[in-house]
Amino acid sequence: MTEPKSFEDALAALEAKVEELARGDVPLDRALAAFEEGLALYRTCHEMLDRAEQRVTKLVAATDGLKEEPFPVP
Amino acid sequence: MGAITVSSESDPRAPKALTVTELSRLLRETLRSNPLLSRVLVRGELADVSRTPNGHRFFTLRDEGAQIPCALFREAGEGLGFEPEDGMEVLASGDVELFARRGEVQLVVRALTPAGIGAFWASFQRTRRTLEAEGLLDAARKRPLPPFPRRIGLVTSEAGAVLHDVVTILRRRFPLAAVVLSPATVQGPEAAASLRDALLRVQDRADLVILARGGGSLEDLAAFNEEGLARAIAACPVPVVSAVGHETDVTIADFVADVRAATPSAAAELVSPDAHELSAQVASFGAALTDSARTVLRERRTGLAAAGHRLSPRSFLRDLQAARERLARGGADLLDTAHRRLKEGRDAVASLAGRLDAVSPFATLRRGYAIAERADGGLVTRIEDTSPGDGILVRLQDGRLHVHVESKEEDP
Repeated sequence: MTEPKSFEDALAALEAKVEELARGDVPLDRALAAFEEGLALYRTCHEMLDRAEQRVTKLVAATDGLKEEPFPVP
Repeated sequence: MGAITVSSESDPRAPKALTVTELSRLLRETLRSNPLLSRVLVRGELADVSRTPNGHRFFTLRDEGAQIPCALFREAGEGLGFEPEDGMEVLASGDVELFARRGEVQLVVRALTPAGIGAFWASFQRTRRTLEAEGLLDAARKRPLPPFPRRIGLVTSEAGAVLHDVVTILRRRFPLAAVVLSPATVQGPEAAASLRDALLRVQDRADLVILARGGGSLEDLAAFNEEGLARAIAACPVPVVSAVGHETDVTIADFVADVRAATPSAAAELVSPDAHELSAQVASFGAALTDSARTVLRERRTGLAAAGHRLSPRSFLRDLQAARERLARGGADLLDTAHRRLKEGRDAVASLAGRLDAVSPFATLRRGYAIAERADGGLVTRIEDTSPGDGILVRLQDGRLHVHVESKEEDP
């Protein structure tokens, strides 16, 4: 299983695992795998929410177009 | 006043004459170097409005005491949102420059907006009708906001409460999203173009854009009624949320945006999911996952038993069942029997002991009988069993007597 990049992806993947398990028509080994993958996604989601720190940047003109600079907002 | 003597090139002491071009250039540099004459804001009445085939506009701006020629070049005049007409009261912003070919000082207008409440509403309605006719205000055009934005574009003033309010709310609700500020001038004749540019700069770098400004007068919010900005919003590849002024302020930007928020703070709430709710959702998914896994395991266990049933031949199963029942019943019987036997045995022992006790010679002794024994242990039951002079043992109920036989006498 590849590591999900965004919270949205992780949450959607977690929901898919929950639905897969709830259908109940999957082979036992697949069900156990789905459970373990779901558990990992569950932890990922929680960590993403717990560790999130907002980033604010400002667009500024640069010689080669635009760039983003950190912009602290108190 | 004497005649001016024009020196020859060879006489360095005489004053040097400027060419007209040189004078013109000097004037232009003087105008340009005076900071008061760049980016001036002028209010006046339009006169002599003309338009060239290639889109430039020329007019005169005047009041009771003076007038100045103005040029509005095609680029600056795009998306003006109103058609300049003679007699119209306007606010113009631009730079004072020298038009060298005609020797005229003129205002090169960068931005132009109608001034005065009447002009404002006329322009507002005209812009609205134009956009409406093109279908740019259709409800079908409105796009939904992404449920989990990763990057939120924010077009607003770099200074001021709006930026702070929006960022604070987003930080509390959904810190997972990055905020990309695209600074803009939000007030004055140049605000419309500045907002439009800021929107264009950020639109490819965000999942959605918030276009925000705090409260102000009708004139303060004028930029958000500008047609060019409205078209930029309509053409924006990602959803735009307009958040201009207070709840009661309505602008053209609000009509054309995908979502209208009453205030900038409301916009921040609208675009962001609540991290606390998400946390609860994640937790409920976790619980559902565990529940489902448990159910699957339980069902599998039951299913295994059911599969066993299906696999076994009926007769074998019946035999097995019968054997199991017999075993169960037999076991119970066995136990019952054992109990019964044990009890019977116990009873028998008890009654036996009673009978034994009844026939015991020792019981007889208690009734007054005695047992006589010889020294060799033999019982003396007849007189012939002993002789005078023998010592015998007489057993009574509580002990023994050592007795000497003196004589014997047979019963008659």
